[in-house]
Amino acid sequence: MGPTKMKIAVLSGKGGTGKTFIAVNLAAAAQNATYLDCDIEEPNGHLFFKPANLQSEKVTVGIPFVAEKLCTGCRQCVEFCRFNALAYANNKLLIFDEVCHSCGGCILFCPEQALTEKAKVIGEVQRGISENVTVLTGMLNTGEPSGVPIIKKLLEKTATDDGLAVIDCPPGSACVVMESIRDADYCLLVAEPTLFGLHNLQMVWELVRLFEKPYGVVLNKCLDGDNPAEEFCREKQLKVLAKIAFDADLGRLNSNGIIAFRANQKYQKQFAQLLQAITREVQHETAVNP
Amino acid sequence: MKIALPVDSNSRETGICPSFGRAPYFLIYETETKKSTFIDNSAIASQGGAGIKAAQVIIDQGATILITPRCGENAAEVITAAGIKIYKSASDSVADNIAAFTQGKLTVLEEIHPGLHRHGAN
Repeated sequence: MGPTKMKIAVLSGKGGTGKTFIAVNLAAAAQNATYLDCDIEEPNGHLFFKPANLQSEKVTVGIPFVAEKLCTGCRQCVEFCRFNALAYANNKLLIFDEVCHSCGGCILFCPEQALTEKAKVIGEVQRGISENVTVLTGMLNTGEPSGVPIIKKLLEKTATDDGLAVIDCPPGSACVVMESIRDADYCLLVAEPTLFGLHNLQMVWELVRLFEKPYGVVLNKCLDGDNPAEEFCREKQLKVLAKIAFDADLGRLNSNGIIAFRANQKYQKQFAQLLQAITREVQHETAVNP
Repeated sequence: MKIALPVDSNSRETGICPSFGRAPYFLIYETETKKSTFIDNSAIASQGGAGIKAAQVIIDQGATILITPRCGENAAEVITAAGIKIYKSASDSVADNIAAFTQGKLTVLEEIHPGLHRHGAN
């Protein structure tokens, strides 16, 4: 099968389910792929890919800066800010950079044009190459309120790339996840065989339906016996694209930062099949819902 | 001189609230007239930055003294910028703390805690 241009987002309701494992191996299985690590608070896909020729670019947001001579103390900015990033004390405007969410509202509202925007670095985007995969990693500095600008930058960088893009989402279903799946053609939900795993699957399932995204499920760490996530998929008719067995050898590969697809024939076959299955789903989706 | 104290309710029997930024009310005590007034703390429902907004509330009331069990770093920055002195409350009772302050028995609050930020983070 030739390279298809498509964006797959890999998500789950909690950390440790296997998003990075699935996303890294899917990207490795393609002829030509971009892997985007949108788990910007603790990106770890690069530990597997060990990308070469690293280039990094800082990501900035705009925060307010006050020209004290122009400020008349009207406090419109203080009252406007819903995050309380501004205060006025002793005839002086105080700005709390780390509380600011960069909405720019205070600058728009200032009647004296005393507030202007200044750039603040919140993290960076790294780009490198690992064999057939272009690896993009987003890194948010500790203590920053939102990683959304970094995810925007990552997605911007792939817009022109051909081939497969695999988006490794942050855990959960909050703003950063919504931003990560916004442009995805297909969402892959990774689930664990526990009740907690089921709860987390339901969270992301609700999210992808809200975004009207086509989706499928990968059941990870499967054991003999009950699998609440699998039962849920059967009951609600969610399509299961792959079942990956709990495997101590795989755990060993992962903990040594080895890409299973590149090192183990069984996983090479399994991920090639998963990629084919997703490609079929996306092509079917494009035919049904152009 | 006006003294501000974070309190749990707007009744006479109220005790000191353990949180400054998210106290439901502030009691403002005027030392000359010995009158107390309760002020709603509009910061209580804030998604974030409650300490900063609560500090703004007591500044706008014209308080020059704050008696509180605890205070976060952002709130303390605003409060001290306004020239308000922060004292550590010695007990749960409003009356006892005011009495202790006027007798010079309260100590300056030294321990400013790092913010309990991201309470309602997105």
